[in-house]
Amino acid sequence: MSVETWTYLLVGFTFAGYLYIGYLNRVKDTRGFYVAGQGVPPIFNGMATAADWMSAASFISMAGLISFMGYDGTVYLMGWTGGYVLLALLLAPYLRKYGKYTVPDFVGDRYYSNVARVVAAVCAVFVSLTYVAGQMRGVGVVFSRFLGVPINGGVIIGMAVVSFFAVLGGMKGITWTQVAQYSILICAYLIPAVAIAWVLTGNPVPQLSFTFSDIAERLNQIQVDLGFTEYTQPFQTKPMLDIFCITFALMVGTAGLPHIIVRFYTVPSVRGARWSAGWALLFIALLYTTAPALAAFARYNLLDNLQGKTMAEAQSLQWVESWETTGLLKLEDKDGDGKLLLTRDAATNEIVIDRDIIVLSTPEVAGLAAWVVALTAAGGLAAALSTAAGLLLVISSSMAHDVYAKLINPGASEAKRLLVGRVMIFVAVLVAGYFGINPPGFVAQVVAFAFGLAAASFFPVVLLGIFDERTNKEGAICGMVVGLGFTAFYIIGNRFFGMEPWLLGISSEGIGTVGMVLNLVTTLVVSRLTPPPPKEIQEMVQSIRVPRGAGTASSH
Amino acid sequence: MDPKQRLEYWRKNRLLIAILLAIWFLVSYVFAIFLAEPLYAARIGSLPASFWWAQQGSMFAFVILIFTYAILMDRLDRKYDVHEEEEGA
Repeated sequence: MSVETWTYLLVGFTFAGYLYIGYLNRVKDTRGFYVAGQGVPPIFNGMATAADWMSAASFISMAGLISFMGYDGTVYLMGWTGGYVLLALLLAPYLRKYGKYTVPDFVGDRYYSNVARVVAAVCAVFVSLTYVAGQMRGVGVVFSRFLGVPINGGVIIGMAVVSFFAVLGGMKGITWTQVAQYSILICAYLIPAVAIAWVLTGNPVPQLSFTFSDIAERLNQIQVDLGFTEYTQPFQTKPMLDIFCITFALMVGTAGLPHIIVRFYTVPSVRGARWSAGWALLFIALLYTTAPALAAFARYNLLDNLQGKTMAEAQSLQWVESWETTGLLKLEDKDGDGKLLLTRDAATNEIVIDRDIIVLSTPEVAGLAAWVVALTAAGGLAAALSTAAGLLLVISSSMAHDVYAKLINPGASEAKRLLVGRVMIFVAVLVAGYFGINPPGFVAQVVAFAFGLAAASFFPVVLLGIFDERTNKEGAICGMVVGLGFTAFYIIGNRFFGMEPWLLGISSEGIGTVGMVLNLVTTLVVSRLTPPPPKEIQEMVQSIRVPRGAGTASSH
Repeated sequence: MDPKQRLEYWRKNRLLIAILLAIWFLVSYVFAIFLAEPLYAARIGSLPASFWWAQQGSMFAFVILIFTYAILMDRLDRKYDVHEEEEGA
């Protein structure tokens, strides 16, 4: 069977599976809709969190990004995993004990302020919306690349599938489809990686063959011969301080992202929240420790096969031909010497490699069967859909629960709240789909914003809300305003108005670190200059610090 | 639970968090970023040591840290009798 037939088959099969799971897990109450009835076993919540976390970009583009950044790619590897340690130790168990539905819920109650609640809800919607637009686009791109469906058609198919299981099943439907989606995406990622590790080094475990084989040394040698620096050489793309700040901002941002935090509301207990974070990171690390191995192997393989070869030699390789037609690989003998040469200078460089090719071409390069190529398509779609679904739920819960049910119509009946939740998730799908079809030019620009915002707003406020009982409303609001204001000013100024990164050269991706510190300091100082929070709030803080009683706290 | 016990439980929890986060900082920021150049000459397998920490070791360490915390807190919860009645994990 051809690759295309296999792709139709696997994509069709997995989509049918997601719809079926969504139908099986349809819900009838808001507790099921927002927190899956708090009945998800920790190991499955770990899988769902991993799928929620790993987006189309993690799946398709990250290994490629690392293969071009070398050592400095660690900002993504450590930055997008280290935050789970913060989450597991500092936030998840206590938020689970608190036991409501959303992050703005906690912020609003802990700081006894509807202003804080609304600020948190608006931040949650903004962060999630910037993220979800890219996911819907990702669905369209995978469809067009593998099946020749126009991107817009792909986006619409994705919208239809997501809205079915999300509207019907809410968090419960989303959770169980994410479990299935994780299984698909991890197989799709690991099979080609194992195969290429085996072909190049004779050791099938990518992490081990990366560490113990001589591929990295050979890659370093090729790069040095070509006039580049060694692949494993640090700080080639950014200075140390910026690498530090970006990594820190991504870690803290991860721990503050609402769609990740809410996953820990869905487990049955505080203990479950701690274990679940461990499972989540284990499942994420399976992919994240494979990615750098894949990055180095694929880069070595590409250079080894193409560098110094004649055009005819290169094009005799079947995968070269097929990827040249997609435009992701461009070969041109510019100086007419009959040989292909990779150089640092775009004007003379004769081998142009799109970063997405690293993951997408690996099955073919390793000579794997057509069904594995098709599995990559199904995996990319699973990654995009699972992340989109989690984000859509946060948008819906912020609008329907935090704004509508808490502020606009506090007397609404359970049935009405559930209906509003469903309607809002559908509206969110439409908005996300619109941005998927008409991607605003600023989407790529604002991803840094999502992390910076989460780092400079949610993380410090939630952290101090748990660990410092003296933190009060005045402190938290001032802290959020200062942290957000500074971070937003720096990023917007830098990205849109050409402002120099004047603070020690820290780039806009890393400035969230500074915003977070400003928020922490402001909150602590202002809290101590103003009256302490009311007695019942201090008691609430005491109660979330001990696990017992989580079951009763959740039924409200 | 009397307030003194509660305070002691919380103090031990914070101490454990502080120790684990110190390790977290060491394996990621110290080994992989601040000491990236000094550790470059050392080897883990055939990779420069700092590179290995940056692209492999730190992530293994993160996973171990979280499970360690979960296990030790299970014990602490039981010792101070604050564990949950219904076991979820």
